Amino acid sequence: MQPNIKQSLDIVSLVSIGQHPQSGRVRRAEQDGRAVELGMNLGGDNLTVLHAGDPQEQALRTYAGMGLSSMQVLNLDTQDDAVPALADYLQQLRPDIVLTGVRAESGESSGMVPYLLAEKLNWPVVARIADIVSVEDGVAEVMLALPRGQRRALKVALPFVASVDNAAPEARQSAYGPGIRAQIEPLAAVKEEDAVRSNWSEAKAKPRPKRLKVVKAKTAAERFKAATAKPQGEAGKVLKGVPAKEQAQEIFNLLLEEKVI
Amino acid sequence: MSDVIRRDPRAEWIARNRLHPLHGTIAVGDDAEVRGPSGLLRKNPHKVGFIGPNGIKRIDRLKGNGAASGMGRRSSGPQEVQLPLHSVENPDFYIVVVPDLVGGRLTSQDKDILGQAHKMAKDIEGKGAVVAVCFGESKEENYDTAGVDRLIHLEGEEYEGFSPEQRLAALVQVETSLQPKHWLFPDSVNGGTDLGSRLAARLGERPAVQAWQVTHETTVSRGASQSLDITRETPRILMLLEECADAIDETRHEVKAIELDSVPRAIVQLQDQGQVAVDPNAIPLAEAEFILSAGNGIHNWDQFHETAAALGATEGASRVAVDDGFMPRFRQVGATGTWVTARVYLAVGISGAIQHMQGIGQCDKVVAINTDAGCDMVKRAALSAIGDSEEILGELLKLAQEHRANKGEEGEQNAA
Ligand SMILES: Cc1cc2nc3c(=O)[nH]c(=O)nc-3n(C[C@H](O)[C@H](O)[C@H](O)COP(=O)(O)OP(=O)(O)OC[C@H]3O[C@@H](n4cnc5c(N)ncnc54)[C@H](O)[C@@H]3O)c2cc1C
Repeated sequence: MQPNIKQSLDIVSLVSIGQHPQSGRVRRAEQDGRAVELGMNLGGDNLTVLHAGDPQEQALRTYAGMGLSSMQVLNLDTQDDAVPALADYLQQLRPDIVLTGVRAESGESSGMVPYLLAEKLNWPVVARIADIVSVEDGVAEVMLALPRGQRRALKVALPFVASVDNAAPEARQSAYGPGIRAQIEPLAAVKEEDAVRSNWSEAKAKPRPKRLKVVKAKTAAERFKAATAKPQGEAGKVLKGVPAKEQAQEIFNLLLEEKVI
Repeated sequence: MSDVIRRDPRAEWIARNRLHPLHGTIAVGDDAEVRGPSGLLRKNPHKVGFIGPNGIKRIDRLKGNGAASGMGRRSSGPQEVQLPLHSVENPDFYIVVVPDLVGGRLTSQDKDILGQAHKMAKDIEGKGAVVAVCFGESKEENYDTAGVDRLIHLEGEEYEGFSPEQRLAALVQVETSLQPKHWLFPDSVNGGTDLGSRLAARLGERPAVQAWQVTHETTVSRGASQSLDITRETPRILMLLEECADAIDETRHEVKAIELDSVPRAIVQLQDQGQVAVDPNAIPLAEAEFILSAGNGIHNWDQFHETAAALGATEGASRVAVDDGFMPRFRQVGATGTWVTARVYLAVGISGAIQHMQGIGQCDKVVAINTDAGCDMVKRAALSAIGDSEEILGELLKLAQEHRANKGEEGEQNAA
């Protein structure tokens, strides 16, 4: 569905380097790809795709291959913190909407970037959006992705930061040729080393132990019962010999109480 | 008094020894055999045997020489065990937990995190209290056994629905008044991550997210899409994964209310427009919140589909309904179908075979409609209606349609 846009928008999509879950190879990050897709649908040509890191990184070409003529890269070393550089750049550019992924696929993946940028720029932040439905008179209507496939509508004034959920439309296919031909512009950036991070140790993830069902029984009889008996929930309310109308009413009340209707 | 029936060796000994001066007062099994009026020996079946430790009657094979003291003392079923109270008078520090309270109740992740908070409090010097900050309507009754020492409950329309900015303002107020040692949030899509991230950005703290092994000194958290373990010093703000620690189960806690000074109204930049109706059947079955499931006991399928649409429920089915061709295969719930996580599962005409029950193991509230009051689904259900499915669904359909109509009218009045 085409969004209903009644004004020209400056949009920045922030992208990071993704990591394939099985092979660990670098790739276009899933959510960042969606952020670019959403930005392209909204902003058309006024979209800036921004990365903070190494401009030589080949994975950036997979974003460019979505049909971008150019990309901006804030030139940073691996130990540098991306947030000050991004905040500084955005402060100067003053876009209307900044789109990010929810969590990066590499590094700390704390998901803090949108929040920290919003705090520094003093903008509102919307987490996990599925779509931007319309923008009118400087107010955007945003569709939030809730758990269990639910959606919530929000209105928020421009400018704002939003992180894009997996429920957003999928990123279009990336073409190799245009990706290689696209221009990648390295920009000088504020460099601030991430000092906290140097005190960490990183290791390959260990599988988490499964939680065992521990039976805290004091006597042999209790242990025997726990091992053999069917787990019995406390018996619920049974409506028997009651007219169907009352039964239905009772069920309906429960549904109302649980707020599922 | 303890429920366990104990033997009294002295009484048994007296009962065995007919020459003992107290033998007459104990007299076991005396009444089991009496001589009837015609001179015949009669057995009194009520006096035969004794009640065993589990309240079950046992045949006395010791011919009255056994557990004399056990006689006549019936156990009154398992008694409610009162857990010991864990109280903290003047806490030296606080650890604050902000549970998700999905549907107004603590989730299992919330409970694990309360357990984690107690684990950390125990290791830190001094006496710490675990504070839970709850927003909006709460239906939870077991804060005490979940490990809440202090409760800050913030209610009111400003906290209803989607209100991260107001909630953040309240948390900042908690920060200034309690100066908590740690903030623990569930790392979940139910709002915990969002709120935790907002607080971390506001306070300028660097949080640990996706943490799963935490002591008060070191934290191990996941990074790089679950492929990396990061070990670091435990920060003040933590967002914890599921099953990070064991929930509290051996103590009771005080749940003393803490009143906050007035929380300033936050400037609301995100205006909530309410939840949007989505097609319930477009939601994947495994994620659906409310499922209306059909089994072999459904005979009017048009009515079933109509009811599901009126209630706004996602449709599910048992294997029999699928095998008979009434429902598509991807709607099957159970071992060979989908394992569902619905909060409310309404099972109509489903007997509750074990293969089906496995699939609904994670459901919160099960409601059964069945003709057979003895079937397994009724035993599992929190509410069961015994009767014909067609009749009850018909009434339910009527109620749902009335409810819709009323809501529509209200909406129109509000608009007018
Ligand atoms: C290897 C294997 C895997 C399986 N996997 C699954 C699985 O994944 N999912 C699954 O569901 N099953 C599975 N099954 C099948 C399972 O064992 C049961 O056969 C099935 O779940 C029974 O479905 P039911 O409860 O709908 O039917 P029934 O057992 O026939 O129960 C019908 C119920 O409806 C009630 N009823 C009848 N008429 C009415 C009426 N008019 N009004 C109200 N109630 C009425 C009856 O009292 C009865 O309780 C599996 C079986 C095997 C062997």
